[in-house]
Amino acid sequence: MATRPKKTSPKTADPKNFSAEQTLEYYREMMLIRRFEEKAGQLYGMGLIGGFCHLYIGQEAVVTGVQSAMVEGDSVITSYRDHGHMLACGMDAKGVMAELTGREGGYSKGKGGSMHMFSVERGFFGGHGIVGAQVPLGTGIAFAHKYNETGKISATYLGDGAVNQGQVYEAFNMAALWKLPALIIIENNQYGMGTAVGRASASTELFKRGQAYGIPGEQVDGMDVFKVFAAAQNAVDYIRSGKGPMILEMKTYRYRGHSMSDPAKYRSKEEVQKMRSEQDPIERLKEFILSAGHSDEAALKAIDKEIKAIVTEAADFAQTSPEPQPSELYTDVYV
Amino acid sequence: MSIDILMPALSPTMTEGTLAKWLVNEGDSVNSGDVIAEIETDKATMEVEAVDEGVVAKLLVAEGTENVAVNSVIAVLAEEGEDASSVSAGGSAPTPAVAQAAAAPAPAAAAPAAPAAAPVSAASQAEAEWDGPTKTLSVREALRDAMAEEMRANEQVFLMGEEVAEYNGAYKVSQGLLDEFGSKRVIDTPITEQGFTGIAVGAAFMGLRPIVEFMTFNFAMQAIDQIINSAAKTLYMSGGQIKSPIVFRGANGAASRVAAQHSQCYGAWYSHVPGLHVVSPYSAADAKGLLKSAIRSETPVVFLENELLYGDTGEVPDSDDWTVPIGKAKIVRSGSDVTITAFSIMVKKALAAADALAEQGISAEVIDLRSLRPLDTKTILASVRKTNRIVTCEEGWGQSGIGAEISARIMEQAFDYLDAPVTRVYGEDVPMPYAANLEQLALPQAEHIVEAAKAVCYK
Repeated sequence: MATRPKKTSPKTADPKNFSAEQTLEYYREMMLIRRFEEKAGQLYGMGLIGGFCHLYIGQEAVVTGVQSAMVEGDSVITSYRDHGHMLACGMDAKGVMAELTGREGGYSKGKGGSMHMFSVERGFFGGHGIVGAQVPLGTGIAFAHKYNETGKISATYLGDGAVNQGQVYEAFNMAALWKLPALIIIENNQYGMGTAVGRASASTELFKRGQAYGIPGEQVDGMDVFKVFAAAQNAVDYIRSGKGPMILEMKTYRYRGHSMSDPAKYRSKEEVQKMRSEQDPIERLKEFILSAGHSDEAALKAIDKEIKAIVTEAADFAQTSPEPQPSELYTDVYV
Repeated sequence: MSIDILMPALSPTMTEGTLAKWLVNEGDSVNSGDVIAEIETDKATMEVEAVDEGVVAKLLVAEGTENVAVNSVIAVLAEEGEDASSVSAGGSAPTPAVAQAAAAPAPAAAAPAAPAAAPVSAASQAEAEWDGPTKTLSVREALRDAMAEEMRANEQVFLMGEEVAEYNGAYKVSQGLLDEFGSKRVIDTPITEQGFTGIAVGAAFMGLRPIVEFMTFNFAMQAIDQIINSAAKTLYMSGGQIKSPIVFRGANGAASRVAAQHSQCYGAWYSHVPGLHVVSPYSAADAKGLLKSAIRSETPVVFLENELLYGDTGEVPDSDDWTVPIGKAKIVRSGSDVTITAFSIMVKKALAAADALAEQGISAEVIDLRSLRPLDTKTILASVRKTNRIVTCEEGWGQSGIGAEISARIMEQAFDYLDAPVTRVYGEDVPMPYAANLEQLALPQAEHIVEAAKAVCYK
């Protein structure tokens, strides 16, 4: 987060209020996530990544916009669709990719994998494989910020599949009761694994899920990074002022299956194609950048090239970093 | 430079598949994310997306081909500026690690097989003999004093749970703590075990040192996912980055006449889990000394108390510094004919049994396990090597219980010292009944221990 340029902090979502520098930074970050995930998908296809691997492609604007409203010292926690969040927290692509391949150079020394990665240094608390469990944990992180009077906040991401877990509401209740500095971001990508939101949730207006606890909520176009940032900034200001938690529902879409082995037969190709061609967060941003004159095709291509180099380097590292030593099996069970 | 497109694995188990359909032709330009082919696996038809951009130079595998091995080259892509027609099949480009891919699924080098290499964890320093002043305390007061002293010593320690503050604890264990430490550090929670346990674990990730009181451990089943998946495993999953210095404490086991859902021993359950420490004291002194150790520990500790023992009193070292190390059993009565192991309230019954056995000329050595994980195998084995007989006692069910574990360790490490089979005393294999007579029948009593000890002594 320290690497991010100074924000202009526009209070509205009008792209014209964002500097060229910040706009290009968004492009860079979203492109990094997308290329990283595509590469992860490729390495999975080659058998270099095993187990479960949940890609974030299509949802890049959410984490990019939200994280740009956070400051150094704030904390982040999320579910198992976590690669994008780690990159947006400033974690090193090499360490993330090497964890995906289960190598010594991974963030968890190869012992966590795709779903379980952490960086205390970057304020990233995982990467959790149990749907919804990160919500009480993230609320507990907010509790610690309040207890220690750090002035910082905790951002907890969950999906539309997790919103029906009971513990989510247990956490909402206590977050509101104790006025904890907790930002809740519901990434509504329309499907919990293969189940469409409307088939799982009696009410699909997920931003209203905090109403019973007096937690304000807002629905946001999660495919528009400017709108995401503006909503996040307002929420962060509200939370930092001590008023308690706030919920943002980001309407977004994942292009790929739930995990790599999901053939995605529960939705039509046309639906996916329509989202990609009409709503793609990166394409939308690119069009704006060009029309606003923030940059030109050649300069964006240069950024793409830089990103490609970062991702290639990460993939190389992830394949050359050795597997963990057998002795690692026994470390980190106890302090 | 050309790029090889490889037959992808689309699930963890796929080794080959059918290349059902090409969606691009030679000469077509593709961008990242474009769907270029359809592949049929044993489970489904899946789309293959391009990762790189370029021009399709060659399609090497005809559509409809079956049994195409994962990682074989199925097409070649020419990169921007490259003449697609000059690209040769399986081009000379550094194919992204096909060889490594083949090697990757191979298991890591065999780990050392000896179970001795498994982590037993810290907590091995000897317990200091106490010859200073003591005071008479109930187990309840000893637990409270332990919390109060540790809270005075460290601002990061706090207590949360149902009724711990204004009510002074459902069993009055936290009596007076709200008055002394205030509502910031003694926190009443809603009745919401999974939620507040998760919140406490999240706070521990941040370096706070929560003490979570469960009114009883029966209710902690609501929260067992957070205890095991979040508290116990995160250190490992984070490669050592994230600790969970937290204590989960409360009444465990049968109380009196509260029936099946409120009468269960969780000792065996939690002792199964690497990453946790599990303690279950009997005496007031151990209750205090072990709770202080648990609060100071960087490891999540499950601290199993017993409601029926809260009022029992004992002599407790009168010192803020005195602690009992986790992982050490205690010989509470020396003997030579038979070893009896027990924990928590069963220690009381084992001591009563030992008295009865003494009257019948049998000298029993009673070991209070105190810690269930790490289990102090060394102390148990030393005793068995001396007495050559052992009876294990626990209130919980026998299957996969603490006695079963002790029995297995003795088979492995002291088989030749045994003069009789290891014998277990445990709760009847039924949910706890309500009727007074049936409850008595379901619980292991001192008489059962006496019978078992006599049997292994062939008397």
